[in-house]
Amino acid sequence: MLSRVADSLYWMSRYLERAENTVRQLDVTMGLMLDPGGASAETRWKRLMASLGNAADLEWNGDLDAMARGLIFDSDNRASITYCVNGARENARQVREEISTEQWQRLNRLFHQIHSSNAEDQFRANTNDLLVSIIDGIHLFKGVTDTTMLHGQGWQFIRLGRYLERAYATATLLEVFQPDLYGVPEREHSGYQYLEQVGLLRCCTAFESYCQVYTADISADRILEFLLLNRDFPHAIRYSVDSTLQAIQSIQRTGGRRPPEELTAGIGRLHAMLGYTTIAEILAGNAGMFLHTIRQQCMLIHELIYRYYVQYSIQSALTV
Amino acid sequence: MSASPPAEVETLFGDYPLDHAFDEMREANGDLRAHYRALAETLASLPHDELQRRKQSADLSFLTQGITFTVYGSDEGTEKIFPYDLLPRLITAEEWDKIERGLTQRITALNHFLRDIYSDAKILADRIVPRELVYSCRQYRREMRGLQVPRNVYIAVIGSDLLRLNTGEFVVLEDNLRVPSGVSYMLTNRRVMKRTFPRLFHSYGVRPIEHYPQLLLATLRALAPEGRPEPNIVLLTPGVFNSAYFEHTYLARQMGIDLVEGRDLVTHDNIVYMRTTDGLKRVDVIYRRVDDDFSDPLIFRSDSILGCAGLFNAYRAGNVTVTNAFGTGLADDKALYAYVPRIIRYYLDEEPILPNVETFLLTDDKERKHVLANLDKLVVKAVGESGGYGMLIGPHSTAKQREEFARQIEANPRNYIAQPTLDFSRAPCLIGNHLEPRHVDLRPYILFGDKVNIVPGGLTRVALTKGSLVVNSSQGGGSKDTWVLQ
Repeated sequence: MLSRVADSLYWMSRYLERAENTVRQLDVTMGLMLDPGGASAETRWKRLMASLGNAADLEWNGDLDAMARGLIFDSDNRASITYCVNGARENARQVREEISTEQWQRLNRLFHQIHSSNAEDQFRANTNDLLVSIIDGIHLFKGVTDTTMLHGQGWQFIRLGRYLERAYATATLLEVFQPDLYGVPEREHSGYQYLEQVGLLRCCTAFESYCQVYTADISADRILEFLLLNRDFPHAIRYSVDSTLQAIQSIQRTGGRRPPEELTAGIGRLHAMLGYTTIAEILAGNAGMFLHTIRQQCMLIHELIYRYYVQYSIQSALTV
Repeated sequence: MSASPPAEVETLFGDYPLDHAFDEMREANGDLRAHYRALAETLASLPHDELQRRKQSADLSFLTQGITFTVYGSDEGTEKIFPYDLLPRLITAEEWDKIERGLTQRITALNHFLRDIYSDAKILADRIVPRELVYSCRQYRREMRGLQVPRNVYIAVIGSDLLRLNTGEFVVLEDNLRVPSGVSYMLTNRRVMKRTFPRLFHSYGVRPIEHYPQLLLATLRALAPEGRPEPNIVLLTPGVFNSAYFEHTYLARQMGIDLVEGRDLVTHDNIVYMRTTDGLKRVDVIYRRVDDDFSDPLIFRSDSILGCAGLFNAYRAGNVTVTNAFGTGLADDKALYAYVPRIIRYYLDEEPILPNVETFLLTDDKERKHVLANLDKLVVKAVGESGGYGMLIGPHSTAKQREEFARQIEANPRNYIAQPTLDFSRAPCLIGNHLEPRHVDLRPYILFGDKVNIVPGGLTRVALTKGSLVVNSSQGGGSKDTWVLQ
């Protein structure tokens, strides 16, 4: 597969995953703001920005509607949902021959939906409806991707983009939420604390799955364990890292080249970190540091993939 | 074999003007041509809104498939849906037979011409074609002299534009020997058409065209360098901003080959490679959709990054086939066009089957004088332009435009030619709820690998604006499906 094509598929996928994450976090944050008490709107907004990686850089000005509108529609803002959808479509357009017609049509429709005047009307009438319909569009695209595309290298690069982005985003989210989760010293079981914790789970569509595993008995430790170490839940970091590893292995199987030590070691280390550590050990040590290391490893893997599959030097390729 | 149309058909036609131009559907006295009868009757038998309903469903199909082209020189909305007319244009078996023979003859001769010009140039020595016309042509590539191309095929993919005059005869207006486009519209039109009029299509016994991508692939394979039995074939596109990008992706997908951009290619030791996730992979055949000028910054325009540095040397070394070859634009220069009948006679010793349009060369003093005196009646074209750019249509021009062209002609007569304003044929189109005639041309696509291959039909382009003679998609033209009957 052409390196440029692999790169475009990877970014198409990352952008869509990012859009979905942003939509969900915005939706949850706006939901939490409905309940008086707990943290202030400003604190929540700042936390949202931080968990989106601070790329948004939207200073709180007290007008939630305007802030949300910017985060959804402002195509100049690199964190906005529109920016991500544009990025995904632009990448898809450059590899139009590699993706299926169904994928292209689906993504095209999402693009036109978010750019139509309807979207603005919907935003004013009921923001939640709009956000849900965007998520629907993204889910449909993912479904069509899995059912209509050849599961070859291209598909694996899409998978790689999706799960690497997800692992990184979830680690960021947990790191940002950490002080709030453990900030209440005496574990007071107030309703607000409960809402806060459920909000975190909902950011990862994890509430229902969590309940199936632990019942509705919600505690900070378990949330951390679930989102960090669960091997069966698709939004958990461990699951995402395992999927990333599988995608890299599949790409290596179908290609002829031996992967560089660094890449195998990097992803293997991350995989082992999450597979052979218990939550008790993490909590006994520095959980924040642990999450931070995961993020750094994800960035490293991204760089290695880029250097090895996309932007390799001609000299290195000729001597093989 | 004709008859007055039944009453229902008359209603559909409403006020359908007939004059001296050839009408594809009706004879001069208003009778239906025999092969259009079934179409007219089907149209007339449909309930009132049915045609509009089918048109909307066809439009929607184009929209969601993203079948678009890019218009240069407009800032916003650069992606446009290619306008499409619902009624097919019919061509009888006899008519097609003549077109097919004529084009085969013409392309064979033009290929001989290119080989000759880039080797011994006998035709110049024999004074059939003036030397200065060839060497003053901007598309002539000195670098191609003495270079051996696979199977001696310079032009593998050609699109020639035909018109039908009021005598009913087809003539060749121009040949596109560089990077002709539009074939994807021919193919998608057919797909939509089969869905829109399935029964009518079946009853007509239309010859198929869907195998074009397969034929194109076979053509490219036939031209692979020797000793490369499993050639790696790629389509080279200028990228997503090119007006025909949709077509490039479409053809690559239909053929199952990689769509590459210049930045995907590298050359090393005169071998072209593409950068893949598995390392460098050798490229054997490049179906090039990038103009000569932009193909290799080391040989052609040095400011272009669309091509691949070193490509031409690899080509010269015979390690990669690039098709169409470089410098083929020489043979579709609009001034050399006037010499094509002589070229056919010279190489094949045959009379041209498809005639040319009368053409005035402005380098000739007498002809230039005549043209300048009659600018309001003639069409003036720049020799190196295509796509309907750089053109003056006399009868539809203003005095100011004519002055401007007269000045440019005086300054550089070699750069222009003139032709009579042609009254070319019109075909019925669905305008609102009834039929109106619009001017049409025909661009068949010709493939030349181990032999000449033409899929029956081509792209019928329509000047959708009433009375307009310009069919180019960049200038408000549309297209129709073309049915060649058995």
